[in-house]
Amino acid sequence: MSGILARPADGTTPPDRAYPMTRDLTCPLAPPPGLHTARAESPVGRVRIWNGTTPWLITRHADQRALLVDPRVSNDDHEPGFPYVNAHRAAIAHATPPLITNTDAPEHTRLRRMVNAPFLVKRIEAMRPAIQKIVDDLIDTMLDGPKPADLLTALALPVPSLVIAELLGVPYADHDFFQSNSNLVLDSDASADEARRASGALTGYLDTLLGEKLTAPGEDVLSGMGRRVTAGEMTRTEAVHMGVAMLIAGHETTATMISLGTLALLQHPDQLALLRDDDDPRTVAGAVDELLRYLTIVQTGVRRVAKEDISIGDQVIRAGDGIIFDLAAANWDPEAFPEADRLDLRRPARTHQAFGYGPHQCLGQSLARLELQVVYGTLYRRVPTLTLAAPLDQLAFDHTGTTYGVRCLPVTW
Amino acid sequence: MSMRVELDEPKCVASGQCVMAAPEVFDQREEDGVAIVLDDGPAPELHDGVREAAAICPAAAIHLVER
Repeated sequence: MSGILARPADGTTPPDRAYPMTRDLTCPLAPPPGLHTARAESPVGRVRIWNGTTPWLITRHADQRALLVDPRVSNDDHEPGFPYVNAHRAAIAHATPPLITNTDAPEHTRLRRMVNAPFLVKRIEAMRPAIQKIVDDLIDTMLDGPKPADLLTALALPVPSLVIAELLGVPYADHDFFQSNSNLVLDSDASADEARRASGALTGYLDTLLGEKLTAPGEDVLSGMGRRVTAGEMTRTEAVHMGVAMLIAGHETTATMISLGTLALLQHPDQLALLRDDDDPRTVAGAVDELLRYLTIVQTGVRRVAKEDISIGDQVIRAGDGIIFDLAAANWDPEAFPEADRLDLRRPARTHQAFGYGPHQCLGQSLARLELQVVYGTLYRRVPTLTLAAPLDQLAFDHTGTTYGVRCLPVTW
Repeated sequence: MSMRVELDEPKCVASGQCVMAAPEVFDQREEDGVAIVLDDGPAPELHDGVREAAAICPAAAIHLVER
């Protein structure tokens, strides 16, 4: 229990803050205000999560950086004190094989190096012309269609789905199937049963596909993992689970950054003008990082467990305690980003933690950056009159997913 | 001012962030993306990029000796 929290007059222990926290609905693009209170009052403090346990919540940028590279902080979700995101994740933890998402070094390093090759910065950069063509074609189609259009279905969802399908070697024709099942896996409103069925469906689908790649390999990532399976460097189960993880991680996150990023820019016309009028690739790259910082769409926190006692500030995190790192809290920490509540595309934002920090930082971040650079660098130049076609207060936001987002974004031009 | 770049290779998780920040100084191994130092004594005009690379390395695997 944090000693900094004020105690009620009757001397009883105050209730811990509930986590995840709720947003202020009148400021739909800002993180929950409770995070700022937590950072100011008890930057290393307890919160209460869905199962009644009270892991630590770390809210300062500097503390997160220190702890997320600390070898005493573990990502092993088989540990009893691990602060699972929801009942589904708790239920499947023991049935999940060792993956880059639930292991520590040195096992994590071995697994991560096995899947890194397709995400090499130069290899990703080589995809720029192909992604540019995808974006141009989708914008052509949108402009030829009726107004208003839903930016989510017209652009935000198909861009990352087409790209990840191409990269992995998954037929894009199946995108309805993998999109709806991915959503169920990530939605904390879905029942544990629904999430398990969805996760099973994706696993079965990828396993069948991997089987086909083993017989007739191509140049895609799944075929590459297939070759490693044949060479005995990786098990088939590892390859299938990695494929599912990439498919899930690869589209909803980027789609959300496209739609929510556009919404944020439409609310800040002076910032949108910067992107529209300046095509210097450095301006666009800087804008992408600032929007990643400002929006920090992962809203359920990065989860870890302490393997040993760790002193931090005036607190001691005990071995076995769960730890949650709220990425938005770090990215809006005024000590790291002055006037953090201001969207400023020209600020140096590169040290943001929207992709997490530490050895588990997002595997696909270079791909995500590239997709966003192409979209942000193209959409507002090609459609300079783009405007929102519905009042902000009538948009429906996703408060229950792993990532925040807007369910539909009507735009006109 | 001189700068020496040291890479703690076992820690490297091949995120490639150093390549994005200082492409003249860092590259990635083809087979697994692990960082390679191309120039461990970079010229002063490259120092800002290298400092950024060290600051954003998610594994804190880049150490700089500046004097």
